[in-house]
Amino acid sequence: MPWTPSTPRPRRCPVRGDGALEQLKREGRIVVVGASLAGLRAAETLRAKGFEGSLTMIGDEPGEPYDRPPLSKQVLLGKARADRTALPRLRSVDATWRLGVPAAGLDMAARRVRLADGDEVPYDRLLIATGVRARPWPREEEAELDGVFVLRTRDHGAALARRLADGPKRVLVIGGGFAGSEVASACRERGIPVTVAERGASPLVGALGGVIGAVSAGLHREHGVDLRCGVMVTALEGDASGRVRAAHLSDGSTVETDVVVVSLGALRNTEWLAGSGLGAGPRGIACDAGCRAFDIRGIVTDDIYAAGDVARCPHPLFGYQFLSLEHWGNAVAQAGIAAHNMISESTDRLPHMEVPAFWSSQFGVNIKSVGVPSMGTEILIAQGSLESRRFVGVYGYQGRVIGAVSFDHGRWLPFYQELIESTAPFPPSFPTVDRHPDGQRPMDADFPDPSVPSHGPTVTLSGYSPADRRITFIPAH
Amino acid sequence: MTQSLLHQILDHANRADPYPIYEELRKTPVHHEDGGPYVISTYYEIRSLLHDPRISSDARNLASAGADPLAEETTPQEGALPPGFLKLDPPEHDRMRRMTNRHFGPPHSPRRVDDMRPELHDIVDGLIAGIDDPGRIDLVEQFSYPFPVTVICRLLGVPREDESRFHTWADTLAASLDPDPDADPAERGKGANEARMELGMYLAGLIEERRKNPGDDMLSQLATSRGEDGQMTTMELLSTAALLLIAGHETTVNLITNGMLTLLRNPDVLQRLRAEPKLVVPLVEELLRFEPPVQLLPQRTTLADIEVRGVTIPKGSSLWLVLASGNRDPLRFENPDRFDPDRPDIQHLGLGSGIHSCFGAPLARLEAQLALSELARRLENPRLVDDPPPYRQNAVLRGPRHLHITCDGIRP
Repeated sequence: MPWTPSTPRPRRCPVRGDGALEQLKREGRIVVVGASLAGLRAAETLRAKGFEGSLTMIGDEPGEPYDRPPLSKQVLLGKARADRTALPRLRSVDATWRLGVPAAGLDMAARRVRLADGDEVPYDRLLIATGVRARPWPREEEAELDGVFVLRTRDHGAALARRLADGPKRVLVIGGGFAGSEVASACRERGIPVTVAERGASPLVGALGGVIGAVSAGLHREHGVDLRCGVMVTALEGDASGRVRAAHLSDGSTVETDVVVVSLGALRNTEWLAGSGLGAGPRGIACDAGCRAFDIRGIVTDDIYAAGDVARCPHPLFGYQFLSLEHWGNAVAQAGIAAHNMISESTDRLPHMEVPAFWSSQFGVNIKSVGVPSMGTEILIAQGSLESRRFVGVYGYQGRVIGAVSFDHGRWLPFYQELIESTAPFPPSFPTVDRHPDGQRPMDADFPDPSVPSHGPTVTLSGYSPADRRITFIPAH
Repeated sequence: MTQSLLHQILDHANRADPYPIYEELRKTPVHHEDGGPYVISTYYEIRSLLHDPRISSDARNLASAGADPLAEETTPQEGALPPGFLKLDPPEHDRMRRMTNRHFGPPHSPRRVDDMRPELHDIVDGLIAGIDDPGRIDLVEQFSYPFPVTVICRLLGVPREDESRFHTWADTLAASLDPDPDADPAERGKGANEARMELGMYLAGLIEERRKNPGDDMLSQLATSRGEDGQMTTMELLSTAALLLIAGHETTVNLITNGMLTLLRNPDVLQRLRAEPKLVVPLVEELLRFEPPVQLLPQRTTLADIEVRGVTIPKGSSLWLVLASGNRDPLRFENPDRFDPDRPDIQHLGLGSGIHSCFGAPLARLEAQLALSELARRLENPRLVDDPPPYRQNAVLRGPRHLHITCDGIRP
């Protein structure tokens, strides 16, 4: 049954006026859609900042909020259990939890969220933190073969860890981004043969470019990964019992495998907002710097906020482009800002201006990045050396520092973050400790042509228009 | 003439309460007196500089080594030990620290420190049980000093009975860290170098023995194991061992003593600690902010002209980073002069930050936690005899020389 946003307008909580905000904080109704990291931290912040009204947490997964980074690391190594990664609670949130039921629609005029089971939840303020999901293998019948996995949720992590514990003869990872590389690393640590098929010229190339990608490729190979770059998987083949047995590659080769991990990036969970009039699409939900969502006309709402992987905000350090990030720290910071702003007067609101930061752990190497390396065109190895795989690489864009990445050199990154924050000139001209001869001159960072898709980077930038490219919502994943 | 701020920091008369001087210093975040170092006293500036690759820890980069009356004597003497990794820059620093850490912390030895817990507990227990007269305790002599010394000896595999020998060398070396402007730098440098050399010869003998009969101590492991970075040379091994022995010696004693002093000055917190043993974890963090054993880092050098708060610090300048002042910066911490173990978001500078952040931090934390919770639990109605207690001379490694306390009895 189509849902029409025409239900009668409920009691409104006025935005302005004497005591309205106090009233909202005392007896308002706040609904958070998305019960993961951003949703939970926002709820905690709301309570910490004195929100005493009703709080409803809606989540499509049945369990309470859990942490995802261990799923592609310790869980796959069998060192942690997927069901034991609950997020620590920083304080009590005293919420009504509606778990295991996804949100299915939004009526902005009536201020109601509709759930998949038909229930409706009214709100005075809404926070959308529905995040992303794993991009599935595009051919459905192949994706359903036994042994084909994606890795995003706790259930995925548990299922894949179980299968790895059974000792598969080979794992094929499709996509050499951060998640795919972490999976490959975990498999090798367990002694399982792994093939990685990457469409680009090297792993991590979409996020960090070809110079660093080459270092990553070396790491893969040195750890015994059968790395195939510049190839696509064209088909997965199952046996008579419906178990995956082989993959066919675009170079004509075949990989015999009994486990396939599809690691092709993520899709933003915005389909449920179709027809709502909110400025939401495949790139996420457009918001202002204070996390207030735009409607499709480009007008900012005052009662709907977005945070975490699903949000995209204009960032002053990156040309005010709309930035969407799949970063743990971004989810936490943005949740805090959104929660604060939801219950603040307009003049007290805060902008979300965190410099993006990201980390990964693979093949025994700690990788960290700050800023937006994928915006860079040049790279300078400012400290350490590529050869030793211990270094800091600084990315330049139009004569300024825009990002940095470290391999086993993370303690220096706060300095480079300050360079990014202060739009310092690139290349940095000063001497540093541990500057090597190959760090004297910048090189082409060697990012792939954006028109040739690789697995997506973990950062996307898009234009200024909040509902860019289209004004009607088309669920075009 | 009023004393310069720099001299006030060093003046022993201000040792018991240096915080008003730090407050004065923070009014000029980059404080510079003619011919002296650039003194940085505010939280955010110190934190930035600790991560700044244009700052060197290697004294050989000082432009004016020797010309600066406050600079340390840097000319190495014939036969002296090379600098420990504390005074090296990457990549040498990283390599030495990695090779040392293999036997101390994750990823190769993730449980080493925690596995010492029962042993540490026994040592604490033995020291408290050995207090004969609860009415007259010198906490430093009877507890805070012997505890970390016994621990570092066990960890390294240094015979505890040799303690009196290396105690003298350690004392001399710790004193050499104190940038005393009135002492003759050449004389002090000579004394320190002699002490380092004697300590080195003592350790060389031990290491020789460990090579023949390796045990499960760190000296044996450092001397015999090979990792991805290869093996330490004998000279590297000696300077690393000396560094660990002295650092494991001269800091935790102050952390524990400062801790008990602070608890006795805040009886409500002491009372809470008895009732909630888990409080000791945030309490020790707050202690590292409130009374850090390492008050300032006096040996950093600029490799380039750098700008801090609008002041250009020329290349080759000596920098002092006053950690203890940054820890009380009101721009970073609310009510900074209040001891508050419930403080949220406590990213203090007490253990430094960046690549030189305290190597022994996990052990120091564990020692302080065990020591303070056991003292709180077992001393009945403890009171301070002198407040403030007498302090050691050192402005860098600040702590009471004695802490006389009295209590009504000792619980089992």
